[in-house]
Amino acid sequence: MKSENLVEIKDLNFSYGDRAILKGINMTMHRGKVIAIMGGSGCGKTTLLRLIGGAVTPSSGSVKVAGQVVHDLSRDELFQMRRKMSMLFQFGALFTDLSVFDNVAFQMREHTNLPEAVIRDLVLMKLHAVGLRGAHKLMPAELSGGMARRVALARSIALDPLLIMYDEPFTGLDPISLSVIGSLIRRLTDALGMTSIVVTHDVQESLKIVDYVYFISEGVIAAHGTPAEVQESITPFVHQFVHGEEDGPVPFHYPASAYARDLRMGGSVA
Amino acid sequence: MLPRRIVLGIQGVGHRVIESVWRLGRASRFFILMLMKSGTSMRRFRLVIREIYFTGVLSLIIIVVSGLFVGMVLGLQGYETLQKYGSESAVGTLVALSLVRELGPVVAALLFASRAGSAITAEIGLMKATEQLAAMEMMAVDPMARVVAPRFWAGVISMPFLAAMFSSVGVFGGYLVTVVLIGVDEGSFWSQMQSAVDFRYDIVNGVIKTCVFGVAVTAIAVFEGYDAPPTAEGVSGATTRTVVTSSLAILGLDFVLTAFMFRGMS
Repeated sequence: MKSENLVEIKDLNFSYGDRAILKGINMTMHRGKVIAIMGGSGCGKTTLLRLIGGAVTPSSGSVKVAGQVVHDLSRDELFQMRRKMSMLFQFGALFTDLSVFDNVAFQMREHTNLPEAVIRDLVLMKLHAVGLRGAHKLMPAELSGGMARRVALARSIALDPLLIMYDEPFTGLDPISLSVIGSLIRRLTDALGMTSIVVTHDVQESLKIVDYVYFISEGVIAAHGTPAEVQESITPFVHQFVHGEEDGPVPFHYPASAYARDLRMGGSVA
Repeated sequence: MLPRRIVLGIQGVGHRVIESVWRLGRASRFFILMLMKSGTSMRRFRLVIREIYFTGVLSLIIIVVSGLFVGMVLGLQGYETLQKYGSESAVGTLVALSLVRELGPVVAALLFASRAGSAITAEIGLMKATEQLAAMEMMAVDPMARVVAPRFWAGVISMPFLAAMFSSVGVFGGYLVTVVLIGVDEGSFWSQMQSAVDFRYDIVNGVIKTCVFGVAVTAIAVFEGYDAPPTAEGVSGATTRTVVTSSLAILGLDFVLTAFMFRGMS
């Protein structure tokens, strides 16, 4: 029987050189859910996605996807596994030398032997799902930011993956595009029975669409819960983050020596 | 105790040396890996043909125009000197030999490095900076096989043809200036050229040179692109390094090859 959990992360530690990025992370992600990972910039959210995708290896602990430990796989096995997962990059990362149609068709042509007529129909279906069937002849340079991300979304569902990871899907979008992308993530997850992991710091938009939220702060999970629990949370960090307060556990000031001393007022002068 | 400045200076030199050795190691690994992943390029030759269009066909204009001018200058200069000795009919030989042995391969490769090499580096570097290569990795498609190897083979295949084009147009340029404009005897222009240029000794050696230059220039271009830091400065620095390094490589290799091929025998 298939396990309910698609992704299981146990005691995960990761560091770049001496700098610890993630410290003892434990997470489970159920099939068919939209999970958000939130936290300030540079808190290790994107690194976590890279660990799940097998792009980097953890210092200790394990990441299991669909029952397989990602970082124990050989390169060929990893590539087999990646056919079941997809990643939507921050700015879409569309191939700029290919048209919208060819971008979506890319994986089908690389990984399958489907006849061109079938590929054509599939690509148009995927593009229709994101509302851009009419734009299939355009080049990526001709698209707006929101459209580019929708095309990237169509490309990432090209081979019907089990898991899609979204790296900051809402960054730099106008309010309309933002809610379009948000609802597409939800609808596609439900319609295709996938699991979605959304890394974001856009609280309001993501709380509308996700099933579960993890907050990461300074490399550890500061809080987790359903959107309703999170909104009610009185944990200082979560409260500051959800309500966008300027000062709190995450200080406004970058660590520095005493202010008066830096301005050479009183105290000893360096 | 040495003064701190000197210590820092020595440290700086050491750091640079270590850094270059690392880079050389990375480049060698990259080159071997690229050759190992070239299977896809051979099976799906369409990928290579597409790149031949971008690197080879689109370089044709600069190659043809430069070849024409270089040939015309050679004709003028050659005629000027040879006529002092009354042997202006040998100008055809001079033009052809200089082009086929040296100028064709070298100048065509230098032009190729600045026209196509820089473009390859910038393209791969920008694909990296905009996460296109990472996206490809995540789609279980190896960028080495899909992006790097086809560009490399396209460059290697295009280079000899471009150099051949350069030399042929150059010979035609020399003919235009000396025969058509100055009035050197057409018959002796061509017949002396024909008898002096040896297929094995001159042409084959010239072709070998172009192949070596083609491998050097494109290998440097793809490596610099792939190794570029994913930022605007990173890509611009890499593009500059491609042109500088491959120009130096071409001139250095040319000397070594010439020393082996034509060591004073005739």
